Amino acid sequence: MSSVSQNFMKLFRGSSGAETIPAQGSEKLTRRSSGLGELARTWQNAEGLCILDLGSTSATNIRHFTERGHRIYSEDLLTASTDPELLIKDEKGVAALDSRKFLADNLVYPAAHFDVVLCWNLPDYLDESLVKPVVGRLWSVLKPGGMLLAFFHTRDAGPDAPCHRFHIVGADTLEMKKIVLSREARRGTGAGQTTKSDGFQLQRVFNNRHIENLFHDFASIKFFLARDNIREMLVVR
Amino acid sequence: MSAPASGLQSGLAQIGKSVFIKGELSGSEDLYLDGQVEGSIALKGNSLTVGPNGQVKGSVEAKGVVVQGKLEGNIKASDRVELRKSAIVTGDVSTQRISIEEGAYLKGKVDISRADVK
Repeated sequence: MSSVSQNFMKLFRGSSGAETIPAQGSEKLTRRSSGLGELARTWQNAEGLCILDLGSTSATNIRHFTERGHRIYSEDLLTASTDPELLIKDEKGVAALDSRKFLADNLVYPAAHFDVVLCWNLPDYLDESLVKPVVGRLWSVLKPGGMLLAFFHTRDAGPDAPCHRFHIVGADTLEMKKIVLSREARRGTGAGQTTKSDGFQLQRVFNNRHIENLFHDFASIKFFLARDNIREMLVVR
Repeated sequence: MSAPASGLQSGLAQIGKSVFIKGELSGSEDLYLDGQVEGSIALKGNSLTVGPNGQVKGSVEAKGVVVQGKLEGNIKASDRVELRKSAIVTGDVSTQRISIEEGAYLKGKVDISRADVK
């Protein structure tokens, strides 16, 4: 596995054109995504791609890929992480999630299975105990040369940045809809309690160094800065 | 297929919500299932509706499949699959057309033999 620090390419594109246009009378926003645009150029002429979407079930995304002859897998890892059976206590007696059980029940795929993984904002909202194990599993299920798209909030987004679901509505355009939980769910070990919540809570803000360390097993990493306090990242296995 | 009115409807078999079946089901008529089934269901040429109280653990093969309840298993529909907003499906879906309401939960692969997604 090559080190990211030896052969990654970092490209900072200022003002990548992400703009939010509020839809009238709804909680949906649209934004342009440079990362998605780059992915779309990659799969433009490809056939039969195998894609993993890690957001909540999206008919829009399923339609987008199946109309182009690709296979899409849908797996909502954030919702899966709220399973109360995952709760354990670590060596210090602090509440945590059982990452071994989580990976036994989720992301169970053959090695080198996917061409594309759409992580969206998963790392920002996933419980701390699950982030590294999940990224490690994603590396193994991606094909060599496969790509992973992820979004990270910048510090300016603030601690109450809402968790959105991203729907692909164009080659480089996403519709964002705030995730509203319909039942009680954990907000992560930081909260330490099960509360009624209307969504997932931002768990952390990654800086570039954190992101590079997290994805150090990947061959290359590319960042795209945007105006809306979201930093997009495209990594290649 | 909507929830059936009280009383039997001709041409529609029904499994009520208090019924639990363990074993393979097959038939040549439409089926409305609001109970629990552990085993595969084969209704080639006909439709299966899993009602809001319905729970299926096993693969399903039919012409059309509508899910309002819970289904753990692969779905193979020669025509169409509909996941209503209360659907919880864990398994792969293979069909010609698929319709997914907002709120439906799907964990698995979607394979469309003809790209006609609604």
